[in-house]
Amino acid sequence: MSGAESDPSNAERTPEPRADVCVIGAGPAGALAAYRLASEGHDVVILDAGPRFDPDSRIERMERAIRPAHPDPEVWDMGGERDAYSSGGERFYPLNSSRVKGIGGSTLHWQGMVMRNHEADFERRTRDGVAADWPIGYDDLRPYYADAEAELGVAGASDNPFAPPRNEPYPMPAFEPSYSDSLFAEACERLGVSMHSVPNARNSETYDGRGSCVGYGTCKPVCPSGAKYSADVHVRKAEAEGARVIDRAPVQALETDRSGRVATARYATPGGSEYRQAAREFVVACGGVETPRLLLLSESADHPDGLANSSGLVGRYFTEHLFCGAGGLLDAETRQNHVGFLTSECHQFYDDPGQATEGTGGSIPGSDADLGPIKLEFLNYAGPSPVELAMGAAEFGDDLLDSLQDAYGHNIAMGGLVGQLPRKENRVTLDTSRTDDHGNPVPDIHWSLDDRTRRTIRRANEIQHAILDELGVDVGWTVGPENTGPAFHHMGTTRMGADPAESVVNPRLRTHDVSNLSIASSSVFVTPGALNPTLTIAALSLKCAEHVDERL
Amino acid sequence: MELTRRDALAALAGAGVVGASGAAVLRRDADGATGEPPAAETVETATAVAEVIYPAAVSNVPEFVETYLSGRLEARPEHRAGVEGAVAELDRFADAFYDVPRYVDLDADRRLTVLHRANVDENDPDPDGGPAERVRYYVVNDLLFALYASPTGGELVGIENPQGHPGGADSYQRGPK
Repeated sequence: MSGAESDPSNAERTPEPRADVCVIGAGPAGALAAYRLASEGHDVVILDAGPRFDPDSRIERMERAIRPAHPDPEVWDMGGERDAYSSGGERFYPLNSSRVKGIGGSTLHWQGMVMRNHEADFERRTRDGVAADWPIGYDDLRPYYADAEAELGVAGASDNPFAPPRNEPYPMPAFEPSYSDSLFAEACERLGVSMHSVPNARNSETYDGRGSCVGYGTCKPVCPSGAKYSADVHVRKAEAEGARVIDRAPVQALETDRSGRVATARYATPGGSEYRQAAREFVVACGGVETPRLLLLSESADHPDGLANSSGLVGRYFTEHLFCGAGGLLDAETRQNHVGFLTSECHQFYDDPGQATEGTGGSIPGSDADLGPIKLEFLNYAGPSPVELAMGAAEFGDDLLDSLQDAYGHNIAMGGLVGQLPRKENRVTLDTSRTDDHGNPVPDIHWSLDDRTRRTIRRANEIQHAILDELGVDVGWTVGPENTGPAFHHMGTTRMGADPAESVVNPRLRTHDVSNLSIASSSVFVTPGALNPTLTIAALSLKCAEHVDERL
Repeated sequence: MELTRRDALAALAGAGVVGASGAAVLRRDADGATGEPPAAETVETATAVAEVIYPAAVSNVPEFVETYLSGRLEARPEHRAGVEGAVAELDRFADAFYDVPRYVDLDADRRLTVLHRANVDENDPDPDGGPAERVRYYVVNDLLFALYASPTGGELVGIENPQGHPGGADSYQRGPK
């Protein structure tokens, strides 16, 4: 099949007779690993639970995103028995709003921000005395970060004084700052707060055969033009290198042989058949929820607690980034909602969240509290989109236009991310009381927040309010510790470590227990930091592929 | 403010009619009809709705609606059935409330009153819902989407590159006029 929407019934979905590597999951991690391994000459087969989406359907999906009749999961066909889940923890977790199943995975609906983790993110225990250190540091990932930036196509600028060191320029120039960024810039200067560009996996010029952004303004949940990177790009590249893709083929379990190695991935097809894909190496790249679920579903007499779970940690330490923000109205035009992405952010409070600032006309007081890293964002889509507002209105004609003119034009807002501390009790388990369309127990998300995370969100709000007050904004809303929500970054459920008793995979992304099973996913993150995770996922995936290649 | 052909084609682009059917609309103008245009009754009824839900500031509504609807229904036959069904519901509303067989036979005040009395204004749009919900989805919101995702509709509100319109990556950098 090429670009067309996959046919659920007629496609050939029998196993590949000869495969060196079986990659499970066609999101960014799986796509990059498959592409890299296929490029090295290996026979690669990719299995994905979801369909191959027709690129031509993206405009219709964009309309679904804008029109109020269609909830977010409907944009990419999420929901139903296939995607059933439970949320048994302290806080409800909206799983199906936070993921896409299919070729491209959740990069189909992501925002597209791609930052390198700071050096401190890998050393949380050493630096702050909390959580744990990663078994690798920034320097270990640095070449893979550069590689990942080139693969995804990142528009950025080296204007962030707080970012970790880099030697090479970004592949594309950064997007110019927005008009509303310029409003923030004056207030930030008066308070001693630095602004800088956002690295975007979004073409600011033609790159890698894809055109530059044309401003549809609906990046999340869908970019109709293809200017925003999505992992179907690398699935196609992997196919061009000889890889084979089998879509709508949810893996039911990984099956091991007498030597304890994975021998086959047993998968289902839309026609009701089950097949077994054999391979020499297996790479699981199913994200932070389905990755541990698959390992737990792969329990057997030899692995009664699930595969690769001798530590008992598969599914443990589920972590998220929490959104924090504030906004309101300004007595001036703010020019929002022309584009759906950010052009400026602030990492000043990342490594030193309690710092005081002093600018040309004011200051932000410091804090002695124990805090985690904070990333601040300057939004370009604050307030309502007029076209969305119109379709939800209860009035027509001139009355409607008057309301739209009143509602649009003066909104302004800041956002931000805070990473929660990994906690053992936050976990993905199997809910045996509910099953999916193949009779498998569904994932159950147990999620709660810790006091340090709440405190850090409160600190982020203090900084945001100070900036908005300085700008003269009539602050109308705040998202703080009480009403925060997840940023849809699933992390931590098969954590990386040197000690098999304390982790699931080793620093080479191979599971401690199973010698031919690797994991490429945010599930291997030890701590979450507070930066969007996809570039780190991509870098780890390229590292994983390198190690798999070495073993083949 | 006149709704132009550019607005209609921009609305079509935002509605998924980018390639073949957009070209079909252009071809039909250039060298005669191609494809199957929507029924005249459908265009007339949609225009009659647009005239009461669009602000008075816009002109050239009939041509805008016809161009938009032609491209959209040719490109999306599954959507066409929904629009035609919703148009039939509007005629039933007109008959029920004013004892006239067709919605287009009502004057503007009564057309608007029908939308209010049938609760088309208050109901959530739903392509699979009841009559008012389907009218809201297939007719009213289709037309509002066409207008407010177009450059002229956006400018009425103060945004020249509204969501759904591929107006480039320059306008967000510009300050107010």
